[in-house]
Amino acid sequence: MHISEGILSPAVLIGGAAITAAGVAVGMRGLDQKEIPSIGILSAAFFVASLIHVPAGPVSVHLILNGLVGLILGWKAFPAILVGLALQALLFQFGGITTLGVNTLNMALPAVVCYCLFGWGTRSGTGRYAFIFAAFASGFCAVLMAGILVGLSLYLTGEAFLPAAKLVVAAHLPVMFVEGILTAACALFLRKVRPEILEVAHAPD
Amino acid sequence: MIEELSNGDSFIKRLDPRIKIVVVFLFSVVVAVSNQLPVLMLALALSLLIVLSAGVPTKEFLRRLIPVNMLIIFLWLFLPFTFAGKAAFFIGPLAVTHEGVLYATRITIKSNAMMLMLIALVASTPIFTMGHAMHELGIPKKIVHLFFFTYRYIHVMHREYARLLNSMKIRGFRPKTSLHTYKTFAYMVGMLLVRSFDRAQRVHNAMLCRGFKGNLYSLSKFSIKRRDVVSLVCMLTAIILLGVMEWKKTI
Repeated sequence: MHISEGILSPAVLIGGAAITAAGVAVGMRGLDQKEIPSIGILSAAFFVASLIHVPAGPVSVHLILNGLVGLILGWKAFPAILVGLALQALLFQFGGITTLGVNTLNMALPAVVCYCLFGWGTRSGTGRYAFIFAAFASGFCAVLMAGILVGLSLYLTGEAFLPAAKLVVAAHLPVMFVEGILTAACALFLRKVRPEILEVAHAPD
Repeated sequence: MIEELSNGDSFIKRLDPRIKIVVVFLFSVVVAVSNQLPVLMLALALSLLIVLSAGVPTKEFLRRLIPVNMLIIFLWLFLPFTFAGKAAFFIGPLAVTHEGVLYATRITIKSNAMMLMLIALVASTPIFTMGHAMHELGIPKKIVHLFFFTYRYIHVMHREYARLLNSMKIRGFRPKTSLHTYKTFAYMVGMLLVRSFDRAQRVHNAMLCRGFKGNLYSLSKFSIKRRDVVSLVCMLTAIILLGVMEWKKTI
């Protein structure tokens, strides 16, 4: 979920931009020139994945997959998501210039947190059930945290946003299950077909 | 899927992209921190003027304003009721506050003004030119390269996705709320990632073969001309005026 321009307060915008800048700096430090094509292409694949709508009961939701981004890219999720969101702002006018920092933070921080919490489970040599658990939890928690962060950004702007913020978090709840299942299935598929993709994040520098 | 707006010729299109990016950025920042209704109205008028002089058809920019206004409409459902203040009138048991309506109006004008300015920028500058200009403005080279690769491959990946989706349809796939549907989509995303990963390796090797040393070159050279200086000064004056008006009124 992107927050449009002109809604958040300056304090939230500046805070979001500052934390995102720090996250991108960490992500770029471990990034070699050689890796840029593969990260660019992965981030394009995630951009396209976010255009996929899947049915969830009576409505359809679009995929976010920030949990999977985190598992595959680790800290490099910050620059990848930053670039993806900048392009969404330029091409579709989702989000914008001043909200780029906050929007990146809301998507990329959960990705990195999930990588730190569950990244162990998707490395080679984990048992099948631990692997499925870690991948599901990653997809599930990444969307949960993203929803909470979006709600928090609104709430910190003003008390009056509280009901809207609560509804935003509530709207993310069904998506969490869909994302969890999809992330687990997709990670299992990758493990069978091309396990080295899951090792990109901790490739030797 | 993604069509660029950069067609036609206009004064704004011929301006140096660096100037345009700086102006749009400063405008967005000033409008984002402004709260006075008259200032925001002026900003909206200014952005409307710019977007029209950039030669964007009215229908096109109205269509592009839809995603912004979806969230705004969502907030309109809440803010007039939840914002503390004097009740202006009642809808059933719910009090609509004067301040709430004012606040929601301000957000609406703000969002649309900033978006119109962004649309004017996007419509008058190709994305690749924008990338080179961002590099000239001091954005780190690695981020700009990532930007280029991502942009280039969005189109390729989207074609790949459409192909996979077609082959799924041919095999009689109908999305439902079921584990089967989710698994199918997950495998499709996985296949998309596998293909993109392989392609990345091939592209990088091909680039190395052609002597890639970590530099991307632009065919167009940027140069500041008189019209660039004049427009920069005009726009900066307008932005500073908006800022001063905002600042004077709040004191």
